Amino acid sequence: MNLMKTLLAATALAVVMSGSAYAKQLVYCSEASPAHFDPGPTTGGNDFDASSRTIYNRLVEFEHGGTAVMPALAESWEVSDDGLTYTFHLRAGVKFHTTPYFTPTRDLTADDVIYSFERQWKQDNPWYQYLEGLSWDYFQGMDMPKFLASMEKVDDLTVKLTLTEPNAPMIANLGMDFASIVSKEYADQLAASGNLADFANKPIGTGPFVFVDYQTDAVIRYQAFADYWAGKVAIDDLIFAITTDPAVRGQKLKAGECDIMSYPAPADIAGLQADSNLTVMEQEGLNIGYLAYNTTIAPMDNASVRKALTMAINKDAIIDAVYQGAGQNAKNLIPPTMWSYNDAIPADTYDPEAARKMLADAGVTNLTLDLWAMPVSRPYNPNAQRVAELVQADWAAVGVTANIVTYEWTEYRQRGKAPDRPGAFQIGWTGDNGDPDNFFATLFSCSAIGVSNYASWCNKDFEDAIQAAKTTSDQAERTALYTKAQEVFKAEEPAMTLAHSKVFMPMSKKVIGYTMDPLGIHRFDNVDVAE
Amino acid sequence: MFRFILHKLALIVPTVFGITIAAFAFIRLLPGDPIEAMVGQHGITPERYAILKEQFGYNLPIWEQYFNYIADLLRGDFGISLATKRPVIDEFLTLFPATVELSLFAMLLAVLLGILAGIFSAIKRGSWIDQMTMGVALAGYSMPIFWWGLLLIIFFSGYLGWTPVSGRIALSFFFPRVTGFMLIDSLVAGKPDAFVSAIRHLILPSVVLGTIPLAVIARQTRSAMLEVLGEDYVRTARAKGLEPRRVIGVHAFRNALIPVVTTIGLQVGLLMAGAILTETIFSWPGIGKWMIDSISKRDYVSVQSGLLLIALIVMAVNLLVDILYAVINPRIRVQ
Amino acid sequence: MSADTPIAAPTGRFAALREFWYYFSVNRGAVLGLAVFVVLLLVAIFAPLLAPFPPEQQFREFIRMAPPWAGGTQSQFLLGTDEVGRDILSRLIHGARFSLFIGFFVVTAALFSGVTLGLVAGYFRGWVDALIMRIMDIILAFPSLLLALVLVAILGPGLFNAMLAIALVLQPHFARLTRAAVLSEKSREYVVSAKVAGAGHLRLMFITILPNCLGPLIVQATLSFSNAILEAAALGFLGMGAQPPTPEWGTMLARAREFITSAWWIVTMPGLAILITVLAINLVGDGLRDALDPKLKRS
Repeated sequence: MNLMKTLLAATALAVVMSGSAYAKQLVYCSEASPAHFDPGPTTGGNDFDASSRTIYNRLVEFEHGGTAVMPALAESWEVSDDGLTYTFHLRAGVKFHTTPYFTPTRDLTADDVIYSFERQWKQDNPWYQYLEGLSWDYFQGMDMPKFLASMEKVDDLTVKLTLTEPNAPMIANLGMDFASIVSKEYADQLAASGNLADFANKPIGTGPFVFVDYQTDAVIRYQAFADYWAGKVAIDDLIFAITTDPAVRGQKLKAGECDIMSYPAPADIAGLQADSNLTVMEQEGLNIGYLAYNTTIAPMDNASVRKALTMAINKDAIIDAVYQGAGQNAKNLIPPTMWSYNDAIPADTYDPEAARKMLADAGVTNLTLDLWAMPVSRPYNPNAQRVAELVQADWAAVGVTANIVTYEWTEYRQRGKAPDRPGAFQIGWTGDNGDPDNFFATLFSCSAIGVSNYASWCNKDFEDAIQAAKTTSDQAERTALYTKAQEVFKAEEPAMTLAHSKVFMPMSKKVIGYTMDPLGIHRFDNVDVAE
Repeated sequence: MFRFILHKLALIVPTVFGITIAAFAFIRLLPGDPIEAMVGQHGITPERYAILKEQFGYNLPIWEQYFNYIADLLRGDFGISLATKRPVIDEFLTLFPATVELSLFAMLLAVLLGILAGIFSAIKRGSWIDQMTMGVALAGYSMPIFWWGLLLIIFFSGYLGWTPVSGRIALSFFFPRVTGFMLIDSLVAGKPDAFVSAIRHLILPSVVLGTIPLAVIARQTRSAMLEVLGEDYVRTARAKGLEPRRVIGVHAFRNALIPVVTTIGLQVGLLMAGAILTETIFSWPGIGKWMIDSISKRDYVSVQSGLLLIALIVMAVNLLVDILYAVINPRIRVQ
Repeated sequence: MSADTPIAAPTGRFAALREFWYYFSVNRGAVLGLAVFVVLLLVAIFAPLLAPFPPEQQFREFIRMAPPWAGGTQSQFLLGTDEVGRDILSRLIHGARFSLFIGFFVVTAALFSGVTLGLVAGYFRGWVDALIMRIMDIILAFPSLLLALVLVAILGPGLFNAMLAIALVLQPHFARLTRAAVLSEKSREYVVSAKVAGAGHLRLMFITILPNCLGPLIVQATLSFSNAILEAAALGFLGMGAQPPTPEWGTMLARAREFITSAWWIVTMPGLAILITVLAINLVGDGLRDALDPKLKRS
């Protein structure tokens, strides 16, 4: 029986594959396995690369290489004068993927759009908890439950979205990964058969690539979607070779085992640049690497203790050692290229003597705390383990003992976001949409506690400023509010802002048309491969 | 013979029983509550917790839980992976051929080279060649293979560019999985270049995994040969004026083979431990890497069943070796 | 070797020792191994005096400095510095303490529990024997590194837990060996006569029988010593052993993987240290085996 199944599946695959004898392939050495392929509940850039940017589309999307919002599944939209009602006109004739496990009978409709949001929104939706321990972090973190009043189907191709109050970043938010549009028909079919978990493991979308196969922690295979609404992409096969070690990724690229790779080890960049078969693209990243103190646990509930801990850290030395010239000391949460950056904020000073005194003044002696370090390299922090060792040594110099804690990446974030997580947590952020709100509100708003507010920090002045900035679309007013927010942030130090990093993307010379994304996403729908 | 096999099987029963208890106890020994350990600490309501507790049967008396566990195993139900939500047995069976393929190659290498080196050393006993071979063998036996693997990658993949850095086959090849053995499947799919790629990917990992068994077999062969060469019948054969090559090949080697075969059998468990490290270094998609990944992801259901399945397989192989050994060497059966 | 008559003991022991050294020193490799081991032991004991720098001191201005004989500019770092500017030589010297301590701890723990269990099993036979030996069979059914990994998953990563796990994994070998030796010794004349003379169980087990099983146990202990070092390093390499910044050799290697192309000395040195140590101990083990029991097979 099992053998029969294997043979049948093999034959099916052979049929699928037979057309690809002279297929154009792109092999991407990616840095981490996706948790799964549902972009709604996942939060990592690696998750999105593997799901939302390959398999799915959104109502609106960001242009390649920028943050301007472009029509996608919604061909056009209108916003009412009071800023409360959004009407989206869907593109007609958008096809869902046909795979061995699902054959769609209809094109994209308003039902799919509404389902895509309601599953994250309505607790009585049967899909709200379809995986064990599921949480819709982005949907929560972006305050969607607060802003969404209703979502209605006007006709098959028209959706009306009503807000509770005006929200300036709403359209940009809908271009984000969590707002990917999934198939309701597929969900219904799975619900009928009881295999709900398949929704995350055997994905169906409308995007440029069709999911073919995933070997856990090794390879993801996609095939170009022939009926893609924007036209079939130039390459035929897209392969993610999951390679967690950055040095190994670099070697595989040099050996021609992959065509393009993410996040090279800083130590390897010079060698990759010197290789005549490779191009190394680089870009100032729209990102921040930081160390979030849990502000609810003594003694870190005391702002001057947090300030002292930051003051004890030699940021420049860390940036030299870990970022190796590809990082910029961060004094604010948002990078300097983003509007509303508050340049008047003084840079953090490194002063172990003063730090020791501040700790003593606060009555803190023999402090021991957990220092969390993620296990993978991220665009905003190429090696958190190393940062941890350096911080540990700096803190030891002022009498603070740090225990370095680490977990597998998905598990790391899971544990880190618990409001009662002890210690200082290394994490970072790459912007999703170019709006400062996406940094301030996502990372430090009160409603993001337990989601993406790793400092569990809820400060009234800060919260008032960022919430006010959300509801107005007057740029000058918003700038003033965010400037204020940055002042509060620096005075309270819920986190030590470490660095904004430059992002490198090494690739073979035969890769054509790749554009680096300021949002740190890797997209391959506009890439071609020279023969 | 039949009675011998029966006796061996009877001895194994309590061990199998013990292995299942160990695997059963594993999840219950983890720090904290088993349900929390399994689903992570977050996003679970008390109601859901109660449901899960009942679903996994943790509310039952412990002996009943164990009974249910055995019943599940007998039905072929090894649980659902917490990470991938797929049946663990499916994951295991998908990855297992990769480990077998690697281990077979490593063993092949170790047996061929090891026996050759051992015989050679024994013949040239005391010479500098013997001393050097045995020195190298001892170094191989003492090798931290995870470091050895890194060095080989630096040199052969990085510096010389002769072998691939990691993986099991060039990813541009994709063909239907029939047996799970790349070497067979590539040929079934009619892709000789994929076969070549698979061989190239096998070389370094096999060398790394084969290093310790190779050293052990070389040392074992040498001492077995020396013992046999000193025995009367070999001396007689020599005295009769038989050609030295014949003496060594026919008389000595055949008799030296018996202890060597046992040694090879004993290496199977060690090979599994080596596979964990080798697969991790070479990103080889087998069960060794899978176990490491599962541990780091806290996918305890996979770890539990992986532990059980690996122990059972190692035991089965050892049993097989015991029986084979008895076939080769009838003396053993008498006891 | 006979130790049954007290009067003959001093000369007997001395003679035995001389005989032992005679056989041991025939093996030049073993003597070399012993010499290296003694040097390592001294290095470990006097680590703070020998190491040029504290193992955790970071020289932020000399990160990833190559050794002076390989193009480095800083002659004070003989083996170069690591990824956060720590002197590799100093870390290796201090690392010797960890590795040797791991070896001693694991062997002591495994020897103690294994020998006790083996004695009890071999001496009492019956269901005690069956129970103990079946448990040992079960432990041996799991690949050692895998079992150690799982135990560490239960106990939590860290050097001490790793050592406990390795000791548990290694002790069945001692138990089996002791039991087999006890079985063969039990029916010997001297044991029977001691029994007739009214010696208690404990005295019989530990004083009468045990000393006569020592040879194979010493060889096994040496092998376990090197095994323990290798396994602890493997656990460290997999991130489940000693935690940074502990200068444990395997842990140092795990952290250095990313420099395999750009700073080879960070990767090469700790591995070399492991290899040399393990090799030296195995050489001694070979020599001991030949000297203590020439009939024991090599494996």
